[in-house]
Amino acid sequence: MCLAIPVKVTEVLPGDMAKVKLEGVLKVISTALIDDIRPGDYVILHVGYALTKIKPEEAQRTLTLIQEASMGVAP
Amino acid sequence: MKYIDEYRDGRLAKLIADRIAALADAARSYCLMEFCGGHTHAISRYGLEDLLPANVRMIHGPGCPVCVLPIGRIDAAIALAARPEITLCTYGDLMRVPGTNRSSLLEAKAAGADVRVVYSTLDALRVAETEPEREVVFFAIGFETTTPPTALALKTAIAKGLGNFSVFCNHVVTPAAMHHILESPPVRKLGSIKIDGFIGPAHVSAVIGTKPYELFAEKYCKPVVVAGFEPLDVVQAILMLVRQINDGRHVVENQYIRAVTRHGNDKAQAEVANFFELRESFEWRGLGELPLSGLRLRPQYAAYDAEKRFSMMTPRGKDNPACECGAILRGAKQPAECKLFGAVCTPDTPMGSCMVSSEGACAAQWIYGRFREKAPQANATRVVT
Ligand code: SF4
Ligand code: SF4
Repeated sequence: MCLAIPVKVTEVLPGDMAKVKLEGVLKVISTALIDDIRPGDYVILHVGYALTKIKPEEAQRTLTLIQEASMGVAP
Repeated sequence: MKYIDEYRDGRLAKLIADRIAALADAARSYCLMEFCGGHTHAISRYGLEDLLPANVRMIHGPGCPVCVLPIGRIDAAIALAARPEITLCTYGDLMRVPGTNRSSLLEAKAAGADVRVVYSTLDALRVAETEPEREVVFFAIGFETTTPPTALALKTAIAKGLGNFSVFCNHVVTPAAMHHILESPPVRKLGSIKIDGFIGPAHVSAVIGTKPYELFAEKYCKPVVVAGFEPLDVVQAILMLVRQINDGRHVVENQYIRAVTRHGNDKAQAEVANFFELRESFEWRGLGELPLSGLRLRPQYAAYDAEKRFSMMTPRGKDNPACECGAILRGAKQPAECKLFGAVCTPDTPMGSCMVSSEGACAAQWIYGRFREKAPQANATRVVT
């Protein structure tokens, strides 16, 4: 039930709403739970609400760590 | 899709699983509970258990709100929906959950009750707005991820003066459940389970942060790794847990740094605190009454609280005695150990809640695991189509 998914914000709308793109389909969601949304941001979408922003640097860091772990290097 | 596909690389998952196998001490076993249904789903769907060495075992926890909702609350919702003035709005997952005598909201709807599936609380508000002559009740369930959307719906309803909107609140809180799995005497009595570490929920933690698990990790000396829902996230988290256990450490680590911080989402937490307070006790299917584990509306919002507004009663529902959901939710049994599994209980004909939601342990096992599993005896007559 909490299977929320990452979606890209394409447009910020008034009243704490935003347009997002989900598999090519546009959808209007509420961003009332987070601050400072900009077009191009990725957010985790759950039951019509953006729960949190995805941090691109941390996403990259995780992938690097996973790569390293697979080689037996990382902590 | 971005932020999904990168975390589904099967080759990498295999390599990490090899690391796990290399690190796992052959002389001991590692019993890891994934609290969350989202992880159960990922583990089954991607066959992650097959990648792991035999001494690293995953135990499915009670982390699906559909599965842990006690049958009496379903019965209460069905009774409410039967009232002619009421429109009951709810998430689709709840429609087929069996109540007493296998009644369900779906059946109630077929019998004429006004039950509507909504994707979001925003939709429920829209119904209340466009049909002011109806009493619109939102049947709210979920852990900390779904509670903020309910809080915002209340906020909007109040701002818009929607006097015909109310909430039947069944929200529950995660840390309390984790605590009780380890602590509560009935749970201990009913089947003691060895747990060496926890995979903490992904999106619940996006809201509450990793901090609430710190005390937990300290108190019970169990490592917790908060992890995302993609297969690479899960195997990396297992690796992190194995390392902690090997090192004799028990701290909270965060694998899901791209979405989760230590403090979580303050704004969401504030909205929730504004509208909800802890109940002294709330019943969980399979776990019994757990103190301070569920939420209700604060008294100042009584007008929006369906339980008060419609003087709702929660009947003592009767579970199907053969259904093993309770033991499965405590991590004490596997789905295939239930006599009904696959024989009479399937996702199309669910006998218990664990088979309803796609995150339920039984459904995950049925959909993704049934061809792998050695058919247990009770299921020998099962027709595999
Ligand atoms: S995130 Fe929440 S609702 Fe989703 S599976 Fe986990 S505990 Fe259940
Ligand atoms: S297989 Fe069906 S009846 Fe058995 S525990 Fe799972 S949901 Fe309950």
